[in-house]
Amino acid sequence: MTGDSVTDDLTVPSEGERIFWIRPTTGWHFLDLRELWAYRELIYFLTWRDIKVRYKQTLIGVAWSLLQPLAMMVVFTLFFGRLAKIPSEGIPYPLFAFAALLPWQFFSRTLTESSRSLVLDQRLITKVYFPRIIVPLASTLAALVDFLIASLLLIALILFYGIALGPHLMVLPFFILLMLATAMGLTFWLSALNVEYRDVMYIVPFLNQFLLFITPVVYPSSMIPSRWRLLYALNPMAGVVEGFRWSLFGVGDALRPLLLISTLMASVLLVTGAIWFRRMERTFVDVIGS
Amino acid sequence: MGQIAIRVENLGKRYQIGALKNYKALRDTLTDALYAPFRMVASVLRGRENEIGSESKDNFIWALKEASFKIDQGQAVGIVGRNGAGKSTLLKILSRITEPTEGQAEIHGRVGSLLEVGTGFHPELTGRENIFLNGAILGMTKNEIKTKFDDIVNFAEVEKFLDTPVKHYSSGMHVRLAFAVAAHLEPEILLVDEVLAVGDAAFQKKCLGKMGDVTKEGRTVLFVSHNMGAVRSLCDRAILIGQGRVLLDGDPSEVISTYLSSGVSKESRGEIVWMNDEEAPGGQELQLRAIRLKGEDGTISSVFDVEKTIHVEIVYDVGASVLGLRIRLALLTSTGEVAFQSSDLNVREQEIESGQYRSVCTIPRNLLNVGEYTVRIGAGSTRTRGVLPDREYLSFQTIGVGSYGSRYPEKWPGVVCPRLDWVIEKIQSNEIT
Repeated sequence: MTGDSVTDDLTVPSEGERIFWIRPTTGWHFLDLRELWAYRELIYFLTWRDIKVRYKQTLIGVAWSLLQPLAMMVVFTLFFGRLAKIPSEGIPYPLFAFAALLPWQFFSRTLTESSRSLVLDQRLITKVYFPRIIVPLASTLAALVDFLIASLLLIALILFYGIALGPHLMVLPFFILLMLATAMGLTFWLSALNVEYRDVMYIVPFLNQFLLFITPVVYPSSMIPSRWRLLYALNPMAGVVEGFRWSLFGVGDALRPLLLISTLMASVLLVTGAIWFRRMERTFVDVIGS
Repeated sequence: MGQIAIRVENLGKRYQIGALKNYKALRDTLTDALYAPFRMVASVLRGRENEIGSESKDNFIWALKEASFKIDQGQAVGIVGRNGAGKSTLLKILSRITEPTEGQAEIHGRVGSLLEVGTGFHPELTGRENIFLNGAILGMTKNEIKTKFDDIVNFAEVEKFLDTPVKHYSSGMHVRLAFAVAAHLEPEILLVDEVLAVGDAAFQKKCLGKMGDVTKEGRTVLFVSHNMGAVRSLCDRAILIGQGRVLLDGDPSEVISTYLSSGVSKESRGEIVWMNDEEAPGGQELQLRAIRLKGEDGTISSVFDVEKTIHVEIVYDVGASVLGLRIRLALLTSTGEVAFQSSDLNVREQEIESGQYRSVCTIPRNLLNVGEYTVRIGAGSTRTRGVLPDREYLSFQTIGVGSYGSRYPEKWPGVVCPRLDWVIEKIQSNEIT
């Protein structure tokens, strides 16, 4: 498989012969990571397709991935920063908002797009086999590219405001992973559910709004009364957003003791999402039809 | 040879008819879940434990049942049977797209499946980009695609448009490119589903040639087709599937003639009969009673050999005497094009008394092409066209070679494919033309 030189197809390589069994599967299984690895090129190509196609026939193209968080930042700064005078823990409100918008927009975009991904690619999954999880996975990875582009804007803002980054920055990759785990976990759940229940399409926008309220994007988590914080930390995105601010600016200690809970929740989401997906994928094609 | 490539044992696939709705609302499941305990209690009280929920057997159909066979390496096997017989289900299970409900299959080697040409083609991407995307989807590695890239482009004849988005391609170019990628797939076992029925005649010939190469190269091929000519010439073995079961397995000519002559027609719906007045189409003047498709020997069927005649029998009640009544019959192709229309007006008396009548239209042999046709029927009178509005009632399939005088077993373009007379004579040089 790994592209050795072309060998004669007529010879039957005894050591290379693989026997594959097709049987009804039963019970619950985790992702077949070895198989996913074997399909890595397809993951790459589908991600690449999603990126390529996303901004086709738009006027400003990739600039959208900068414009969207930027516009949100401006709106938030005006309404929440200036009008509502929400405290921003001593850092300029635009920066305060943008550091949260960066992971938040990745998350909400993934939720919206990846949860529909399987249904959008139904032609594909009814005509050819590959591990189905590649579809929402590729869609999530494509959103990550937008995230990376928008990160450049964050760097520009940090330079503009002359903020000195501290050693906390070393922990940022961990929060990026936490963000990915949360987004993927939820996506696995929702995309698999969406195949059978199109209700998901209506739930997602609502879920997005709801989660925005219970995530410290426009406000610092220190505003949450301490007796509610345990409950609050059950939302893994709360941990992610606070984590981003903390590793960038060293502010927002309120949730740090509860980070373990957020991490745990994200892991649970990811693992159960993957298992649930595997369970559901057996009947995807039968349910979607061809 | 002799070494096993595929071994299928008791393979079965059951579909829930309820699932044919495609998707259900969450609400249904919630209410189902809510009622489930009550139903369970109820059925336990009634003493029938196996009737919990929707598990009663009426809700299921077996698309494939107890299929067993084995295929040796290097064999080219044609799978034949009419639409809905389970051919595609079998191929889908073997290519892992869907799981079997019971039984098992053992596959030796790398499988490539081609259930559709151009799977995953994205209209916004260019031809070049789609070659890579489609190749990866079909299971080729990036390096493999790179080395075969020029061959693919040459085969598809699209060099000039490589960097044009595929959405601007003509449908012919689209299909050519798609097949070109697929044709360069080199798995040990190839599963192909009716993909040759695309493109223009010249390209189809090319595809068949390519398929022939593939089988000659000693690869194992499983080939589902309605094109009997192709099965006969490409395959060294054929399996007939009907109602989800393997009916016959053996020499292609033998299997094909069995398929054409009998057996399969029983399962088909080559007739519609209306028993009560409410359901029967029509009004007071005329009401349909039955429509039947019959073969040369008078048996009802929905699969016909193009080289034999087909009778369309229409039984109807005439309520009051009608002036200038005529029954219209049109044959539509699978794309909805009218192949031809005909009416029984010429052989009719001016005024028709009330009573039950039968009009039979005979479609001559060697007229239709290979494919699927739908029968549309309507009726009119001197005063109005709309005694019975035109409606499609029955579909049937035509099989056979379908290209008279061609050396290649292919489907020719055209809504019909009549056998026409040709005269060839040598023109003498002193004759004036």
